[in-house]
Amino acid sequence: MASNTQKSSEAKLNTLMTGPDERGHFGLYGGRFVAETLMPLILDLETAYTTAKNDPAFQAELTDLLNHYGGRPSPLYFAERLTQHFRDVAKAQGGTGGAKIYFKRDELNHTGSHKINNCLGQIQLARRMGKTRIIAETGAGQHGVAVATVCARFGLPCEIYMGATDVARQSPNVARMHMLGAKVNPVTAGAGTLKDAMNEALRDWVTNVRDTYYLIGTAAGPHPYPAMVRDFQAIIGNETRAQMLEREGRLPDTLVACIGGGSNAIGLFHPFLDDEGVAIYGVEAGGHGLDVENGHAASMNGGRPGVLHGNRTYLLQDGEGQILEGHSISAGLDYPGVGPEHSWLKDSGRVQYVSITDKEALDAFQLSAKLEGIIPALEPSHALGWVTKLAPTLPQDNLLVMNMCGRGDKDVFAVAGYLGIKL
Amino acid sequence: MTSLKETRIDRRFAALKKEGRAALVCFITAGDPDLETSSAILNGLPKAGADIIELGMPFSDPMADGPAIQASSLRALKAGHTMRKTLDMVRAFRKTDADTPIVLMGYYNPIYVYPNETFLDDAAAAGVDGLIVVDVPPEADDELCLPAIGRGLNFIRLATPTTDDKRLKTVLKNTSGFLYYVSITGITGAGSANPEDVQLQVARLKRATTLPVAVGFGVKTPEQARAIGETADGVVVGSALVRAIETSLTQDGRATGNTAGAVLSLVEGLSAALRTS
Ligand SMILES: Cc1ncc(COP(=O)(O)O)c(C=O)c1O
Repeated sequence: MASNTQKSSEAKLNTLMTGPDERGHFGLYGGRFVAETLMPLILDLETAYTTAKNDPAFQAELTDLLNHYGGRPSPLYFAERLTQHFRDVAKAQGGTGGAKIYFKRDELNHTGSHKINNCLGQIQLARRMGKTRIIAETGAGQHGVAVATVCARFGLPCEIYMGATDVARQSPNVARMHMLGAKVNPVTAGAGTLKDAMNEALRDWVTNVRDTYYLIGTAAGPHPYPAMVRDFQAIIGNETRAQMLEREGRLPDTLVACIGGGSNAIGLFHPFLDDEGVAIYGVEAGGHGLDVENGHAASMNGGRPGVLHGNRTYLLQDGEGQILEGHSISAGLDYPGVGPEHSWLKDSGRVQYVSITDKEALDAFQLSAKLEGIIPALEPSHALGWVTKLAPTLPQDNLLVMNMCGRGDKDVFAVAGYLGIKL
Repeated sequence: MTSLKETRIDRRFAALKKEGRAALVCFITAGDPDLETSSAILNGLPKAGADIIELGMPFSDPMADGPAIQASSLRALKAGHTMRKTLDMVRAFRKTDADTPIVLMGYYNPIYVYPNETFLDDAAAAGVDGLIVVDVPPEADDELCLPAIGRGLNFIRLATPTTDDKRLKTVLKNTSGFLYYVSITGITGAGSANPEDVQLQVARLKRATTLPVAVGFGVKTPEQARAIGETADGVVVGSALVRAIETSLTQDGRATGNTAGAVLSLVEGLSAALRTS
């Protein structure tokens, strides 16, 4: 796996894979915009991570955990009925297309999403650094559950900050966190969603600097988090590469993933950035539509560059630089920012960022359940919403991989409510 | 380190040194709870005994602030406050007060979108003396700090209990006006540091710099101000003042006839404590 990745980047002079620079910049984006109290901590973290990354013992331990505790590698699954469905759609429109659809099944991981990949990496790092208390923010609760899980596994106390609105709409995950022994702190500030949870987690960290490790759940925040979380999630893309070579004897043509903060997406995309033939799509949450003011969470398609939560990146904000709350049916995509590497990939044009509305995501959710027997989380339902539009326009030999980054167990009651299903 | 000429902040600290007392540095959020009341408080601060004013630039996501200052920021934004109105307040203040330094304090994003260079021009022209931007570290000095110095503005940095001697060199590199010592690891308005710790830390900072050292975070009462004022060159009070605004408001958050008076009488008490030690 690794050798494939290396080959493609060594051959390139203008590689897109070596970022960030030593100050944590991806072009204009990234950096370390935090209060001075936190600076020594993130500098320590960077040193600790660099050392761990290059330590074969750390990597071996992590691989063992990912395989035997996390359940990796996750399958690359040919979604046959969906593929047929898109071919039928193409045909009905007078076309001959319909890409061959694969799901990268990260929803089968322990705890039900890609979040565990990152949590296993960071908890190992926290333990190496001698930290004795873990804090985290969570939106959909998938990251919170993954953090609570690894904390239970390694006997560390943890506190999870979660917006009060999200506590209500993702209650199954709140229950799981409690059962795993985590303390869940509902945050009522703002709209009570992910950004408010992140503010509160940062306030906790500033207060408890000496013993506490902040386990950020996405590829955003101050350097080194965006690069570190990406590295831990890149196993998704590395496996996909090897699995596709084995299945089809060549690389995929198209990659699609949803974007909250951007961790599952960058994990899939990163190993392919230098493969020019691979078209890459990141799918933002279009909420009620991009034309509805403060009615979506599409930071790149509907926002402007700014500075928040430790990094410069595209943000949903008003003309005064005040941050907007944004909206999405999906608690995991409802964040006004995005990881800085995505901002850079957007400006460079290497990745195309599109958006899918609440309604389109709900339709895709049902399609996957009915045709594939896979109930997706609302987050990857956005990715599938885009696949629904894109696949019929692509030729039949186009190999498309969509990251099925989470399962829908947490969403079934909310979705039943939206669809007016009486249980 | 800097190529700055003597600033209003330098002059104020020099004068207070002659008087033999610490500066009272007062923080309020611009536009809290509304423009008119906030202007009345700002304009009344020097007479009440504030030696230096920190004027908060409201931000939707004040990550380093506790509940009191978070709420004050939101009150100001809800009342329609903008960065231009903050600068207008300073401009109006300068018409009647040529000596009291004003430091704008806040977060980077509202400056960044202004954008930086225009903001610095407008701030300098309005009569602002210095900036504290919580989330711009020395590593990004070329973005805001150096251009600010180029316009004669002091860029004031925070040192914290986590700032070790090596880091302190980085923090001090382009700092001028004064050094702001955050006496606790935590957010504004949280617990208070014990005076012996503060004394040790201030002594440590003073070995590393000739700049005045002001101490803030957790100073609420005249007694605390007096104790800190014995070792530091300045005492910063913020959350307590903002809390006084909050408790003076009507249930639906409107200013009352008491609002400005409540803040200013608290400042008088703090000022008296620093003058009698
Ligand atoms: C299943 C799932 N997918 C995606 C996301 C969005 O995060 P990211 O963009 O970092 O992958 C979340 C976040 O909670 C999630 O739970």
